[in-house]
Amino acid sequence: MPDTTDRELTFAQAVREALAEEMRHDSRVCILGEDVAEAGTPFKVLSGLVEEFGTNRVFDTPISEAGFTGIAVGAAMTGIRPVVDIMFGDFLTLTMDQMVNQAAKIHYMSGGKWKVPMVLRTTLGASRRSAAQHSQSLHAWLCHVPGLKVVIPSTPADAKGLLKTAIRDENPIIFFEDKMMHHKLKGPVPTGEYTIPLGVAEVKRVGKDISLIATSSMVQVALGAADMLAEIGISAEVVDPRTLWPLDEKTLIDSAKKTSRAIVIDEGYGRYGVTSELASVISEGAFYDLDGPVLRMGAMHVPIPFSPPLEDLTVPTEKMLFDAAKKLCSKS
Amino acid sequence: MTPQTEEAVNMFSKELALHAYRQMLRIRMFEEQVNELYTRALMPGLAHLYSGEEAIAVGICEALKKEDYVTSTHRGHGHCLAKGATPNLMFAELLGKEAGYCHGKGGSMHIADPATGNLGANAIVGGSMGIATGAAFSSKYLNNGLVAVCFFGEGALGQGLLYEVLNIAQLWKLPVIYVCENNLYNEYTHYSETTAGDICARATAFGVKAETVDGQDVQAVYSKAKQLIDDARAGGGPAFLLCNTYRYTGHHVGDINREYYRTKQEEQEWKTGRDPIQLHGERLLHEGFTDKATLDALESEVREEMKAAVEFAIATPYPALEEVEMHVYA
Repeated sequence: MPDTTDRELTFAQAVREALAEEMRHDSRVCILGEDVAEAGTPFKVLSGLVEEFGTNRVFDTPISEAGFTGIAVGAAMTGIRPVVDIMFGDFLTLTMDQMVNQAAKIHYMSGGKWKVPMVLRTTLGASRRSAAQHSQSLHAWLCHVPGLKVVIPSTPADAKGLLKTAIRDENPIIFFEDKMMHHKLKGPVPTGEYTIPLGVAEVKRVGKDISLIATSSMVQVALGAADMLAEIGISAEVVDPRTLWPLDEKTLIDSAKKTSRAIVIDEGYGRYGVTSELASVISEGAFYDLDGPVLRMGAMHVPIPFSPPLEDLTVPTEKMLFDAAKKLCSKS
Repeated sequence: MTPQTEEAVNMFSKELALHAYRQMLRIRMFEEQVNELYTRALMPGLAHLYSGEEAIAVGICEALKKEDYVTSTHRGHGHCLAKGATPNLMFAELLGKEAGYCHGKGGSMHIADPATGNLGANAIVGGSMGIATGAAFSSKYLNNGLVAVCFFGEGALGQGLLYEVLNIAQLWKLPVIYVCENNLYNEYTHYSETTAGDICARATAFGVKAETVDGQDVQAVYSKAKQLIDDARAGGGPAFLLCNTYRYTGHHVGDINREYYRTKQEEQEWKTGRDPIQLHGERLLHEGFTDKATLDALESEVREEMKAAVEFAIATPYPALEEVEMHVYA
C-alpha cells in the first residue's frame, strides 16, 4: 500500500472511489441494482457514478433481485464484469439460487470452462431501527458455499483496496458493508492506486494478553474494548480477517498462540455462524497454547426487534466484550 | 401462408432440410444409447431423455450462429447436440469420465461448452433464465450481435424468475429468445393441473412478442425461430416461442410405469402420428430431396456413430482423484 496521507474518507466514499477507479480502468465493469443511478442508492454510496459513467454503465433495475442477479451471472460468463448492488443484506435470500446454485457452481460444473467474475455488494448490521427484515447479517450463509468468496472490510482503506481486488477477481464474490459504517466511519485512505489481496488478515492493534478476532463494524467495538482493557492493564490484540473466504487461518492462529486467549466477535448469529467457524479454526490450530476456551460473541439469536431498547440488546457492545475479556483473562 | 413465412420456408433449403434430418436422427440415436447405458447400469445418476422433442432443438439451433448462446435444461442432450456438441465428449461426460465436456464433474444435467456457445444445462427448473438473459445483456453491452436462446420446459412456467427477466429483457430490448417446450408433463403431472391462463399471454403481458409453433415440425420451428432470432439480432428485443411437443419416455429413464398420469394410447398416438423425424423424412421423400434407401443408410450410419461414441466413453478413464478440488475457484 502506498504511504498513507492525511486524507480521510468515509467508508461510503472509499467504496465509491474504488468503483469509479475500476470503471475508468475497465469498460467491462458496470453496476446493476435498484436505485443505483440518479438516486445513488438509498445509502447514497454510489452518488455521482451515473453522472460520470452514464446509464449505459450504471443500470437501474426493477425490484427483481433474483432477476438482475441472474442476469449478472450470465453477463459475467460472457465478457462483462458486473457489480450487483443488493440494497439490504436481508434481500440476499431472494438471490440465493442465482448465487448458490448458479454462480458458485458454474466454474466447477463446467470443468473450469466457464468463469463468473462478478461482485455482489450488499449490507449487514443492525442498530438502524429497521426491524427484522432490514437488519440481518447473513454473511455466514455465503461462507458455507464452495465457489464463493466473501469479503467483509472494517475500514475505508480496506474497503477500497479489497473492492478493487474483488472486481478484478475471476470468481463470484460477495462484498459486505456494514450500513452503519457508510457515513459514520471515517479513516485514512491512501491517495494512490492500491489493492489489498484477498485472504490476508490484518492486526489492527498489537497486544499480548488476549486476541480479539473481529469483523466489519465489530472491529471498532473490539478496538474500543481494547482501550478499556488497557486501562485495567490487559493488553488486547485486535485481528481482522478482512475476508472470510479465503481465510487467513495462520494469522488468527498465530495471534491466539501468542496471547493464549481469544474471543471472536462478529455481528452475524453465533449459532452455526462465522464466530463458530473462526473459533474452531483457532481451537484446532492453537489448542496447546491456549489458557482457556475460545469464546464467541455475535448477534443475539432472535429476529432483530424494532423497539430501540430491545434492538440494542441484540448487538455486541464494547462493554460486553470488555467484561468477557476481563473474565477470560482473570481465570488463568 | 403469409408472404413472410413463405420466404422463411423457402430458406429451408434442400441442404438444410437434409442436415436437420440428420441432426434429429443423431439426437434420437444418442438417447437410444443413453437408455441402453442406463438400463445396463453403466451410467450413474439420472437420465432425462429428449426423444420426441428433437425438432425444437434442431429447428432453433439451425437458425443460430455457432457463436450464439444457448442455455439448456435437465433434459438437455438434444440442445447440446443441436448446438454442435460432439457425442464422444458428451457420452464421456455422462459416464463421469475425464474426457467429458466438464471433466466428468457436471454429468448429464450440466453439459457446458464455450466452443459451441453452450452456457450450460441446468438442473434447477428455470434456473438458467437469468443466465441466458445476462448473455443477451452482454451482447447488447458489447454490441457483438450475438443472440441468446433460453430453452425451458412448460414446468418452468411456475418459476417467478421467468417473469422478472421477461420484464427486464423487454425494458432493455435484450436479444434473447425464450423457448418454452411444452411436452405436456411437469414431471408426472399434466401441465393443465399446474398452469393457469394462457401461456403466451405471460409474455405478451410484458409486451414481449410471443408465437406458437408445432414443435413436431422442424421446418415450422426453424422458420419461426429464424424470424425471431433475426429480429432480436437486429435490435428488435426479446421474444417468446411456445413449441408444442411430447416427451416419448418418462420424466427420467427410471420412470417406467406411467399409466397413473398418462395412457399408453396417448403415447402411441404421438409416436406414430406426430413423430418429428418420421414427418420430416416423409417431407424429404415427397420433395424428392432423397430416397428411402438413403434415409435407411443414414440411420445405420448415425447409429454406428453413437455406438462408437459410447465405446469411446466406456474405454476412456475417470478423472484423477486430485481433480476433486480443482475448478472450485478460477
